[in-house]
Amino acid sequence: MSEFGITASQTVGPFLKIGLAQGDQEYVVAENVKGALRIDGHVYDGQGQPVPDAMIEIWQANIYGKYDHPDDPTDAELVKSFYGFGRSCTDKNGNFFFVTVKPGRVVGLGNTLQAPHLAVNVFARGMLKQQVTRLYFSDEIQANSEDPVLNSIDDAGVRDTLVASKVNDENGMPCYKFNIHLQGEMETAFFDV
Amino acid sequence: MSEPVGYRRDSQDEHPPALYEGYKSTVLRSPKRLPIKINHTLTEITGPLFGHGKLQPGEDDLSIENGEEAQGQRIFVSGRVLDEDGRPVPRTLIEIWQCNAAGRYRHPIDQHPAPLDPNFVGQGRVVTSDEGEYKFTTIKPGAYPWGNHYNAWRPAHIHFSLFGPAFVTRVITQMYFPDDPLFLFDPIFNSIPDESARQRLVSKFDLDSTKPDFALSFKFNFIVRGRDATPFEE
Ligand SMILES: [Fe+3]
Repeated sequence: MSEFGITASQTVGPFLKIGLAQGDQEYVVAENVKGALRIDGHVYDGQGQPVPDAMIEIWQANIYGKYDHPDDPTDAELVKSFYGFGRSCTDKNGNFFFVTVKPGRVVGLGNTLQAPHLAVNVFARGMLKQQVTRLYFSDEIQANSEDPVLNSIDDAGVRDTLVASKVNDENGMPCYKFNIHLQGEMETAFFDV
Repeated sequence: MSEPVGYRRDSQDEHPPALYEGYKSTVLRSPKRLPIKINHTLTEITGPLFGHGKLQPGEDDLSIENGEEAQGQRIFVSGRVLDEDGRPVPRTLIEIWQCNAAGRYRHPIDQHPAPLDPNFVGQGRVVTSDEGEYKFTTIKPGAYPWGNHYNAWRPAHIHFSLFGPAFVTRVITQMYFPDDPLFLFDPIFNSIPDESARQRLVSKFDLDSTKPDFALSFKFNFIVRGRDATPFEE
């Protein structure tokens, strides 16, 4: 235990939108940006009921695989005004969405290359601490097969919960479906980071 | 490239477990499988920093709405954000939300029949200073009933959201007030196993930072995870 004990987590409670839902935080990029794509999904509880008081946050690298953060030492390019953070509160049907771009590949540990992915935090009433997951893309078959985090999961069914599936384009924008199951048969793979 | 320096792991009993049966809503919203441990890559050690001035003036003052004063006891809530090694966390975003002095949230699903205050929204944001300091002016929130069990009341609290320097330092919590008789009965507060971790969520009354004839003052410091001493070994 360190001299300064960490601050414990507590639930966001049912009224999270008062503090956290403002502005168009679902839009990591504008819809008319080249390469813009849409991510759509629902959050479900252990009985398959939608969770209307959840908040999903994403953090990602830009199209060159560079994080806009001083601790990214790689020399990949930054993209002007691309920041990489998004936030979406679920609606009454448990639905969330983001408009963003597919990140480039980011180095992993031990000279590996990670597949394009988003880091995901899931908060909700009834969750005392957020759950951490990742979102990968179904049309990155080769990259996904080389990803060290995906490959550390033996059970293919569990691994597949991390992969957003490409569905029909919407107004010319590529669209991916990513449902989050907090519990149950289709329970999402969550990470201890 | 050298391997990134990761962040230290939280000890298990300093955070609440996913399933805490006293708080009924956790029963269907807690994963049954154990989380999969992953080593920190660039994805986990980077994160949104928000040091780019998107805030409007006045977002740190919840006690005034359209120039009109909110009802209740005006208070300052201030403190510092530090990491486990005592290093300040500069220019990080803090977001808060809370109910009004009567215990009512400005939210369509809050059915508690306490009065709404036309001059109180209950939402604020600040970015910490170069020394990791922050300060809000607000109204002391009331306790409010909730349906978790018979005669359940939440102790007065302010919801706090904090980013810190990395994806893995993100934390959302609740700040409480000293000597609240409701602590004993609140499953959310008591879901934290470690007694001292629980007490760290209780702010301290601070006479020195009160303002005579204007506001009382409570201190609340935030501690986020610190860096590992050495790069991660495979
Ligand atoms: Fe609350």
